[in-house]
Order: sequence, then structure tokens, then C-alpha cells
Amino acid sequence: MRLRLQLGLLFAIAGVLASCQREDRILRQPPPANDILNTIQISGLNPGANSIPTPPSSNMYQESAYAVSEGQKLFEQYNCVGCHAHGGGGIGPPLMDRDWIYGSEPGNIFATIMQGRPNGMPSFRNRIPEYQGWELAAYVRSLAGLLPKEVSPNRPDQMNVKPSESSTSEQKPTGITGVPEQHK
Amino acid sequence: MPLRFLVQAMPLDPGHHHVLHPAAPQAGHIEWLYWITFWILFAVFVLMIVAFAGAAAKSGVVADHPLPILEKDEEGDRRASWGVASAVGITVITLFVILVLSVVSGKRVEGLTSKNPVTIQITGHQWWWEITYPNSQADQTITTANEIHVPIDTPVVVLTNSTDVIHSFWAPSITGKRDLLPGYSSAFWFEIDKAGIYHGQCAEFCGLQHAHMGFSIVAEPIDEFQAWQQQQLKPASAPSNAEAVRGREVFLTHACLMCHTIRGTDAGSRFGPDLTHVASRNMIAAETLPNTAGSLAGWIVDPQRIKPGTEMSPNPLAPDDLQSLVIYLQSLQ
Repeated sequence: MRLRLQLGLLFAIAGVLASCQREDRILRQPPPANDILNTIQISGLNPGANSIPTPPSSNMYQESAYAVSEGQKLFEQYNCVGCHAHGGGGIGPPLMDRDWIYGSEPGNIFATIMQGRPNGMPSFRNRIPEYQGWELAAYVRSLAGLLPKEVSPNRPDQMNVKPSESSTSEQKPTGITGVPEQHK
Repeated sequence: MPLRFLVQAMPLDPGHHHVLHPAAPQAGHIEWLYWITFWILFAVFVLMIVAFAGAAAKSGVVADHPLPILEKDEEGDRRASWGVASAVGITVITLFVILVLSVVSGKRVEGLTSKNPVTIQITGHQWWWEITYPNSQADQTITTANEIHVPIDTPVVVLTNSTDVIHSFWAPSITGKRDLLPGYSSAFWFEIDKAGIYHGQCAEFCGLQHAHMGFSIVAEPIDEFQAWQQQQLKPASAPSNAEAVRGREVFLTHACLMCHTIRGTDAGSRFGPDLTHVASRNMIAAETLPNTAGSLAGWIVDPQRIKPGTEMSPNPLAPDDLQSLVIYLQSLQ
């Protein structure tokens, strides 16, 4: 009985602690690191063995609901919607499906935003601060349903991301797999 | 010197920011309503206290006999019910009088008589005010921020809107509050008698920096207003020295141009305040800081320290880049 009570308390505390970061608002950003971009690889094909370090796959901004909704605001403001619409795509590829040409890890998306990609994606390096790149990356992942429900903006003004009725297999993130995925 | 410092540290000079110091006919109507309501309620308060004190003095309750024996007193009962009925009647009449006065002054504040007003579009943003002087010709439209210039003795029609949340436009010495609702355009008007600078403030809680969302109204004679208009219509002046040329380069190659407009350059984003004539304004960051080189530099490098949560992103520029940028911005008269 006593043990069960203790366990229950422990789980309650763990639950509270786990949801803490959701409400974190980083208002004064840490100074940017200069060489983050150089550590992000686009594909797993390396010249030589391990010449490029592994990319940072975690994005601290995607744990905060505030940062993700800031990303949502920036997505509109920096006219990402001009090509990607509100995730549905248009001139640019859709962002709410499971196909990723350049990888779906936070680091991949960040690199895509900062470096630009062939066929039209412009480079935002030196145009936007790095933390905004990460906020955008977090929001883009939320479009595809890759973020936990509690941090994704739950009242989007535009299309809502929901799995379709007929979908059977679970959506899985696709990371760096060696070969860039083909856009179907 | 200490006095001057104090005045500078208090941008909201109470002399120009007070319901009881009206500078416009509408604020005068509001002040009139305020005082008349004040004196009526003051009289009610005094009467209440007197009646209460009288009742307390007349009471027959003594310490030995806390509960007096009640006898049937029809005459006294009748008098008491007359008293209660007349008190209720007077209360209703008083409230009705206040209601009528309120409707009358509301009508006076709303009614626009002139057919030749100046029109301004005010759009609320988190946390600044976008001010546009619309014109049917696009190149005759003025866009500025946080500092509203108006001619004196001329009605000013204000069209309102908001891009994000509900804000409220309130210049206490000019007129009443008006909410700016996102996606809903409404209009009101005001007119100012006396030339001067009047301060205002967002009066509807709108997020982290609600308290630092101020604006000012510069009321000036019509010729000065027109001169200001002519100056604002010009595109940004070309940089006159090497330092300013470099500053413009810094502006156009960093994050600045993602949000701000400087007409006459490639920077054309409408997300932040228009900076074409930023040096002509008295204050920056929605009346938060005086427009000096020091505050500009501080605001550019670390805005999140000055207004935590603001949309302005920090810009860790190299010192000489920052210096040039500030010199360029200060040249934008």
C-alpha cells in the first residue's frame, strides 16, 4: 500500500517535471554558435571515414510550445507560405506529408532553411538569426505531425494536420538514411 | 540637472497624459461628465453619512437592554415606508439623470461636424502602432510608427485595425479609449485645440510588452503639419558619407531588412516599423527609449533586455558595423 502511494507520487512528480519545458520561454537567446551549419550533413555519404561529425539532432526549441508558435508566426512573416502554402505545398513541396527530400531531423530542416536548396529554396543564412531558424524547423516538423501533441500549435488558423481516415501505417520520421529520399 | 533627468526618465509626463487635463473638445466633454458625476456622487455620499450618523444617534439601544421591546406603532411604520419609498425614488431619478448625461456626452464625443477631416489609419501590432495616412495615390501615402502628427483645429478621422490581438488606443487628454480589433475595421475621430505633444498608451492588455506600447500625438499648426507631410513623403535620403554608406550595407545584409522598410532601398518588409524617416521621431521602441545613438545601439543589439518578448530579434553585430548602422539610421531624417 505504502509502496503504491510512493510510486504514484513519483509518477506524479515525473509527469510534472516532464511537462515543464512546454512552458519555457527563452526570450534572451544564447549567442549563436558560429559553426553549427558546418556540422550538419545533408546525406550519409561522406568523403572518407567519419570526416563530418554527426549533426545535432535535437532542437531545444521544439520542446517549448511558445517557440513552436513563434515559428508558426515567422513561417507566415518570412513568406514561407508563398511557396509551401500552409504546409500543403504549391511552388515548393508540401510539408505536411511524410516525404522529406533533405531529411526530417531538426538539423536537416534547419540546414535546408539556412543553406537553401536547389530548385528555388532560398538561403536565409545571415538574414534571420539562428534561433529563428530552429523555431521555424520546429514548426515545420509540427506541420508533419512529428512533434508531441502538447507543443504543437493546437489552434492553427489554416489547414489542420490530421492523419487521413484511410491511413494505416504509423507515420515515422525519416532521418539521414544514407540516400536522400525521393520526392514522389 | 537631476530634474531634467527625471523628466527624461518619465516619458509619460503627467501634465500631458491625464483625463483631467483635456486638450481637445472631446476630452473636455468627458471631463465635464467626470466632474458632474463626481459631485452628484459626492452629495449622495455626504447625505448617506449624515443619515447614517443621525440614525445611530437616535437609536434607543443601551448597553443594559440590547433588545428593546417592540410595540406596534402604525404611525411610525407608515413614516418609515414613506422614507424608504422616497429614497428609492430619489436614487432612481439620480441614476436616470446620470444616464442621460452620459448619453448626451457620448453623442457630443461621437458627432463629427466637419466634412474635411484628415484621415489616419492606426494598426495595432504587438507591441507598437503602425500609423498610415492613406491616399488614393500609393506614392502619396505616408507610413510611420508610434508618432502621430496632426494639424490643430482640424478633425482627424481615425480608422482602426489590428494584426494580432485586441489593443486599445487611449490618449487621455484627447478623447476616450477605442479598441483596435483584429480583422475588424472601425472609425472614430478627434480634434485638438492646443499645439503640443500628447502621450497615449495601449489600454487593453495585449501580452508581455503591453506596458511598453505607448504612442505620442504631435499637434502642430497646419503649415508645420504640411511641412512634416512633405518630408515624410520623400524616400530615404542617400547616405552622405562613407560611414553611412557602410551602415546602409549593414542594414541590407543583415536581419534588419527581413522586417523593416526603408523606402528608396531594397528593404521593403512591412512586418516591423517603417524606418524611412526614423531619425525624425522623438522616441523609439513604442515610446520606450529616447531616439539617441546609445538607445538605438542598445535596442539593435539586445532588444530582449529592454522589452522581453518583443518581435525584434537580437543582432550581435560587430562593433564597427553597429557604429555605422547607427550613423546611417540617424541620418534618416
